[in-house]
Amino acid sequence: MGVKLLLDKAHVPGIRSYEVYRREGGYAAVEKALKMSPNDVVEEVKKSGLRGRGGAGFPSGMKWSFLAKPEGVPRYLVCNADESEPGTFKDRYLMEFIPHLLIEGLIVSSYALGSSRTYIYIRGEYAWIPDILEQAIAEANANGWLGKNIMGTGFDCQIYVQRGAGAYICGEETALIESLEGKRGNPRIKPPFPAVKGLYDCPTVVNNVETLAAVVPIMNIGGEAYSKIGVGRSTGTKLISACGNINKPGVYEIDMTISVEEFIYSDEYCGGIANGKKLKACIPGGSSVPILPANLLLKTAKGETRYMNYESLSDGGFATGSMMGSGGFIVLDEDQCVVRHTLSLARFYRHESCGQCSPCREGTGWMEKILHKIEYGKGQMSDIDLLWDIQRRIEGNTICPLGDAAAWPVAAAIRHFRDEFEWHVLNPEESQTRNFGLAHYADPREVVA
Amino acid sequence: MAEEKKLFKVTIDNITVEVEPGTTILNAARMIGGDVTPPAMCYYSKLKGSGGKCRTCLVEVAAGSTADPRPMPKLVASCRTTVMDGMIVKNITSEKVPDARAGVVEFLLLNHPLDCPVCDQAGECHLQDLSFDHGKEGTRYEFKRRTFEKHNLGPYIQLHMTRCILCYRCVYTADQLTEKRAHGVLDRGDHAQIATFIEKNLDSDFIGNVIDVCPVGALTDKTFRFKNRVWFTKPVDAHRNCTKCCGEVQLWMRGDEVFRVTARKDEWGEVKESTKGGTGWICNDCRFDKKSVSDWTIEGPSNVSRHSVISQGHYVGLQKPTETMPAVMGGRQPRLLMDIHSVSEVNPESVELSKINRPAHSSDFNSDKS
Repeated sequence: MGVKLLLDKAHVPGIRSYEVYRREGGYAAVEKALKMSPNDVVEEVKKSGLRGRGGAGFPSGMKWSFLAKPEGVPRYLVCNADESEPGTFKDRYLMEFIPHLLIEGLIVSSYALGSSRTYIYIRGEYAWIPDILEQAIAEANANGWLGKNIMGTGFDCQIYVQRGAGAYICGEETALIESLEGKRGNPRIKPPFPAVKGLYDCPTVVNNVETLAAVVPIMNIGGEAYSKIGVGRSTGTKLISACGNINKPGVYEIDMTISVEEFIYSDEYCGGIANGKKLKACIPGGSSVPILPANLLLKTAKGETRYMNYESLSDGGFATGSMMGSGGFIVLDEDQCVVRHTLSLARFYRHESCGQCSPCREGTGWMEKILHKIEYGKGQMSDIDLLWDIQRRIEGNTICPLGDAAAWPVAAAIRHFRDEFEWHVLNPEESQTRNFGLAHYADPREVVA
Repeated sequence: MAEEKKLFKVTIDNITVEVEPGTTILNAARMIGGDVTPPAMCYYSKLKGSGGKCRTCLVEVAAGSTADPRPMPKLVASCRTTVMDGMIVKNITSEKVPDARAGVVEFLLLNHPLDCPVCDQAGECHLQDLSFDHGKEGTRYEFKRRTFEKHNLGPYIQLHMTRCILCYRCVYTADQLTEKRAHGVLDRGDHAQIATFIEKNLDSDFIGNVIDVCPVGALTDKTFRFKNRVWFTKPVDAHRNCTKCCGEVQLWMRGDEVFRVTARKDEWGEVKESTKGGTGWICNDCRFDKKSVSDWTIEGPSNVSRHSVISQGHYVGLQKPTETMPAVMGGRQPRLLMDIHSVSEVNPESVELSKINRPAHSSDFNSDKS
């Protein structure tokens, strides 16, 4: 049984309401933090080794200390709740079941950063969650945790919820800021970074929901103790939203010391592959990160066990590894077709490209068309090389990471499953009638009946 | 500040220049000029906020600065990256840049209709120049290209969105030169389009400048459409007293007829500064209504320094070839280009293509094999 810091109270009946949350020890972190100086709070987060949970894994304390602090200019904290990565739904779970945790984390973080106007930018498709958050904000206001002169410290803070209109690109921090300002959600060209010029040209920190929620346990148990959980530079706990062909899809909190094998097969977590099938492949961190075949997923190229943490998942680089990403764990069983799967991801990125810079705007559509052609039995061998060439020219040449995110899944699918693409080209009719699973990709373990 | 400004030393393709802090790599390269300068399709020095979108100006930064000589991991957009002291930039000497740039050209041409033969921009099109300089001869794209309906933006401007490469220059122009925003981008991804809100006319006095900034033929002058080819008209500098703008223009004439009026452009294809100081944007009256020589005081022929077809066509010392094909080929008169090789795999010696009095067919080649 791993340590639980975020979801330990999530199943207490009525935890959504302020009374129950407070009775279970809520808002203790605010009480503790507001007695410290803001810089000490930042130091505590630095000590904890907390890394951004949105995908990039950048150390949050470092990000906070980069925030420019010019005189007479307001600073902003923006909570990125635009969780649109296919396969990722951990933030929704957190906001829906234990909204006060996020509000509490936001108050502490706002205090640390000196932000008296804090925004939650939430994706439009989460239609019912803004109401839950606004209810929680109203309760926090009524009980004196928000508003003017919180706890008599002279610190003012208010939290606003802003609904997005459902664009994936608005999860990119500068596009989110543009959208929050009421403009078209196009990513800005960096530098300047948001820490210098962000929302309304003021210094801004944009953090993921889970990152900000994790500030609460850091304050409660202390940064030192938090950094002892987990392994190496992967400290604390991480929410993983597991989905795909597994017996128990859902959101799990792990402490980053368990192996991938344990996560997939143990009854505490995913509970094994559904319908007695074998594991074929997995995308371990949300749709943008490279897909891994079963043999590389369970063991690294060096033959070591792969663990569920930042370092181990990215072991071997993109050649034989992947990324922790945002924690969207998508499992594919032996019956799934990687070409079809890649096509559906390519379609997503084509649809969500903002159209600002040319490699992404044109390249994503082109990749989708070629993948469509291969999947529907009209492909040629040269198309596979062409796909590789296109993704290579998109990656790294775009304004924002969406171009990379569109290129990586295609690259990894070709890298690890090239013979499946070739099989589609060589057997166009058969590939129409059945999904294709190559046996040697499947997990070598016996199926337990 | 009284103290002298420190200049930054930046090395681009082994040529060092000293520039003021805050200069972009692209502008530093333009100070050197020539092949060192990266091409730019979306950056426009006169428009604030432009650039960074087309990715044709990508360069490699081999060393960030003297203080931090690490190379930058990715190629950077030179139009939006400012120089640091001691920065070393590789453009044409880089191994990665030509490949990435060829990729960008391919992406830009992917949905471009390539209707140059009927496009008014042909001859002064930046995309033509770009693909000529950095592109590949063929396309690997075999799908239907996206198309849009043509739109009239007011009485003078036509928007042919199919040709657009979404550089956003016209959006910035409309934003910065006109008093209200009536021009923007709708939708996203590869079906994003330049549009006016609810088919609004663009009626500002300076809106005609969007034609000048458009690098392709997406925004064209309706008073010039299909009237003439650019390379048949002769650019002439002229001016008039205009109450709205600087009144300094270029007339595009053929004979005594003024076909088109545009602002004066510099060697980078951007609107020049006015000689009186200030910007060189011209108003709609000058651009669309004054189409008679008597409206203008003509200064003399423009000095066209761009490498477009306009400056060509003046063949000096033209010589006819002294050798003819039959003389070189021993009396054979090749009909097809393929036939120039006397022996090749597709053209065995036994088949004399010039003897076949019709298009060659596979049976001509296979008849003797069976």
